[in-house]
Amino acid sequence: MLKKRSRNSRGSNEINASSMADIAFLLLIFFLVTTQIVEDKGILVKLPPWSEVPPDPLKLIPRNVFSVLVNSNNQLLVRGEPAEVNELKERAKEFILNPKQREDLSQAPTKAIISLKNDRGTNYKTYIQVYNELKAAYDELWDEECMRKYGVPYSDDLPLEYRKEIKGKIPMVLSEAEPTSYGEE
Amino acid sequence: MSSHFKKKRGDSKPTISTASLPDIVFMLLFFFMVVTVLRQGEMKLKVVTPEASQLTKLEEKSLVNHIYIGRPIEKYAKIYGTKPRIQLGDLIVDGPANIPLFLEQHKVKVPESRHALITTSLRVDGSVTMGIVQDVKVMLRKSNQLRLNYSAKRKEEASM
Repeated sequence: MLKKRSRNSRGSNEINASSMADIAFLLLIFFLVTTQIVEDKGILVKLPPWSEVPPDPLKLIPRNVFSVLVNSNNQLLVRGEPAEVNELKERAKEFILNPKQREDLSQAPTKAIISLKNDRGTNYKTYIQVYNELKAAYDELWDEECMRKYGVPYSDDLPLEYRKEIKGKIPMVLSEAEPTSYGEE
Repeated sequence: MSSHFKKKRGDSKPTISTASLPDIVFMLLFFFMVVTVLRQGEMKLKVVTPEASQLTKLEEKSLVNHIYIGRPIEKYAKIYGTKPRIQLGDLIVDGPANIPLFLEQHKVKVPESRHALITTSLRVDGSVTMGIVQDVKVMLRKSNQLRLNYSAKRKEEASM
């Protein structure tokens, strides 16, 4: 008995690794099935903190406010006139920078305020389109400003002081009013 | 001469060595293990996110919690109806009132020093109206969860 065992162990003292591939394949298939390579992307926003008291109506000069209203039929009203989503970006950019120093556009980029208001019946898709255009306006302005100053497009990889400088010059002020309750589903 | 070569070739056994096969498979395995996010529960709502162009990528998965808003899929339409509902984790909840507890449950898994970086990813179906989204936003503000991400698909700019 003892003799036999010792002979056996002497004969093959290696682990048979041929089934290793099978085991690995099994695990591989499991991970293949459960994997989702879906990146989560979206429009990042920062909400204002909640306060129980409604904010005081600020005394704003009308020329500094770019009001965007979206009603429950997904129609836009920009500064009191009907508008389309695709013209929103250019109008917002012109309003913020005011390159021709027009009397009815903002005094300075730091004073410009974009005010967005929607109904409870507004489609979420429309809301995202509008928000996207307004954000695109700011993103492009930051890009242009950054290009002019540092010769590189604006990105989050830039040093913090660069980004602070750019955002200090053109701060993104997008205030969202409490929606009116029209067209609730 | 040629017959000499032929003979030699006929003699050898042409076998491919499979010794490195486990290594290759393990390499693939590790790749998938690293990129995998295990599916978190079942989707009970139909959510097709809208398209947008100004997107930010959410980097760290552990710092993100998901809130879904959409209409229940066919299987659950009998129980939950066809109106837009909120799903937290894998449960459809009655209303936004359940959000603070959900946020807190996620928060305890994150080290305290990184609490400020927690982002809520709002995956909302494009056809939903803003009313329910607004209620969720108000609840998030009330629970002091201010970093919010409107989940969207990439759209190539057509106008440019």
